Amino acid sequence: MDAAYEAKLRADYDGQSREDVLRDYREMLRIRRFEEAAARAYTRGKISGFLHLYIGQEAIAIATQQVMEPGDRVVSTYRTHGFAIALGSDPKACAAELFGKAAGLVGGVGGSMHFFDKERGLWGGYAIVGNHIPVAAGHAFASQYTGDGRVTLCFMGDGAVGIGPVHEGMTMAGIMKLPIVFVVENNQYSMGTPLKRTLPVEDITARAAGYGFASDRFHVTSVQETRRRLGEAVERARKDGKPTLVELITYRFRGHSMSDPAKYRQKEEVDRWRLNDPLERTLMALKTIYQVPEAELDAMDETIVAEMDGAYEFADKAPAPAPEARFDNVMAEGPYYGDSATTRPAGVE
Amino acid sequence: MPILQIRQAIRDAMKEEMERDERVFLMGEEVGYYNGAYKCSEGLLDHFGEKRVIDTPITETGFAGIGIGAAMCGLRPIIEFMTFNFSAVAFDQILNNAAKLRHMTHGQFGVPIVFRGPNAAAHMLGSTHSQAFEHFYAHIPGLKVIAVATPYDAKGLLKTAIRDENPVLFLESELMYSVKGEVPEEEYLIPFGQADIKRPGEHVTVITWGQGVPVALKAAELAAAEDVSCEVIDLRSIRPMDEAAIIASVKKTNRAVIVYHGWPNGGVGGDIIARIQELAFDDLDAPVLRVCYEDLPMPYAENLENLILPSPERALAAIRRVTYKR
Ligand SMILES: Cc1ncc(C[n+]2csc(CCOP(=O)(O)OP(=O)(O)O)c2C)c(N)n1
Ligand SMILES: [Mg+2]
Repeated sequence: MDAAYEAKLRADYDGQSREDVLRDYREMLRIRRFEEAAARAYTRGKISGFLHLYIGQEAIAIATQQVMEPGDRVVSTYRTHGFAIALGSDPKACAAELFGKAAGLVGGVGGSMHFFDKERGLWGGYAIVGNHIPVAAGHAFASQYTGDGRVTLCFMGDGAVGIGPVHEGMTMAGIMKLPIVFVVENNQYSMGTPLKRTLPVEDITARAAGYGFASDRFHVTSVQETRRRLGEAVERARKDGKPTLVELITYRFRGHSMSDPAKYRQKEEVDRWRLNDPLERTLMALKTIYQVPEAELDAMDETIVAEMDGAYEFADKAPAPAPEARFDNVMAEGPYYGDSATTRPAGVE
Repeated sequence: MPILQIRQAIRDAMKEEMERDERVFLMGEEVGYYNGAYKCSEGLLDHFGEKRVIDTPITETGFAGIGIGAAMCGLRPIIEFMTFNFSAVAFDQILNNAAKLRHMTHGQFGVPIVFRGPNAAAHMLGSTHSQAFEHFYAHIPGLKVIAVATPYDAKGLLKTAIRDENPVLFLESELMYSVKGEVPEEEYLIPFGQADIKRPGEHVTVITWGQGVPVALKAAELAAAEDVSCEVIDLRSIRPMDEAAIIASVKKTNRAVIVYHGWPNGGVGGDIIARIQELAFDDLDAPVLRVCYEDLPMPYAENLENLILPSPERALAAIRRVTYKR
């Protein structure tokens, strides 16, 4: 570790308690180990469809959980395992969802891209890029309408900011002064396309002025800094009913999804970003600043790995949804068998 | 009984439901200070204030999505599209969010929302402004699709739509907002999935809805002069569809003609024919015919538009064909 890196590390962790930093590390590690296990399961053919990993961005989900009050909402994308684990969704239910099992977070009908856990504040799970921005604004509108004091945190990727619903949702949020925080997780790529080919202006928060939002923009290198600054935006939404556009500069270390070998970027680039991986930095801080013994860290890691392995074992053994499950939740009235006697599945009246 | 226009029946339905339930609100372009592009929300802003009658910028995706997000939180939005043509730019919100969220969330959320506004051709508005959207929306499981043709139906069905726990597409007609009819003073609701026999008859079943209803009724009148008695069934509810009413009538008449706005390919008309041929094959004495738009974009020029639109004359020709009167 060079001196400059260490000095910066010490400055960043100034005033942070050992317990807090250990907690942040543990919480981030839980997401990472959950996803590494997901990647292995995918390779073994246990998971199908698309699987987008959050590896490298975990600090954002953890910081978000820490600034939320009960009833606040997170609305996110298809890259959403991190939020589920951070908000306290059961890893067993998450793994079972990836495996398409009845015990999954949404009964196995959603898969990796459609995680919802209302009770814990995870309001999706949206896989059409950008189409959750107006919906999230609608949640914030409901908070304003009912005066429930809740804040909605709406996440999107850097690749989303050009699509229409983002502009319309933000326009409406600006006009109505909704209690919402829009967070762009800028992980440098929209699938295989780097920022410079998707953004006319590099600074995404330049758009905030056009919507009358406050804005903030920073590199995510630690949970505590992300927590502090997201906290300000949440406070602004809750107290002043003023939206904020936050751009978080981050990096995903895996491909866009499991099917992407990420050949469009150089190893040197990835290595450079690794130095800023919040998880690695936190580990470094724990070792050098807080002098946490390796054995303690290893034990923590083992416990987490065991928890996650257990979750995937559970998912593997869990039963698939019953055939009749496909009739559920289509209509409010109850099981739905189609609108016509001519198309009703065999065996149902 | 009071006589109201359809637009007044719609306004009264919204007003009564907003008075009954604080969670109901109206949102859309020009619904407030302008009192609605077609005056369906006349006086509602004055009565309920800006909190519940909300003017929006031109952001169909934005306010459709806001409505969906609010409905997921337990509110009961009524979203007005100035016309359903503009719902096309919000199609993804309706298809992927409104229709699917209950399913995708495994029942953690419902989306009790009404999208309403005028649908189909008006008069000389050209191709972008003359389209019938039931054919798109009725395709989608998770939605309900309603089309109204009388003030009585408009009021009773809109109240049902607002109370329904599912997303409802409620299709009106610009040309029919001034149509008058009796509307009872006392409260009533009309359940979805029940067709209404607008004219009983013996020889031919004429199935229709929305803007097709006056065309079908006129054609039935012309046919009556030729001693052909038509039973005109107004579906009112396209999804769910009152299949039983259609089949019962066809089993009686052995003939059917479908009169509606919209293109022939891949639409509700073809769907109805599929149902009839499967459920009443042995009862049919003639092929089932469609009287709808020609399979063409709608031109502005009046003479061309009239050629493409379903007309009583074209409907009469179809009635003659299925009764083998040439
Ligand atoms: C409307 C739409 N277009 C295309 C896609 C396919 N797609 C899914 S994710 C993605 C890239 C999005 O990148 P970004 O917003 O930066 O988010 P990230 O994946 O980096 O988290 C694309 C093109 C989609 N899901 N929805
Ligand atoms: Mg990205």
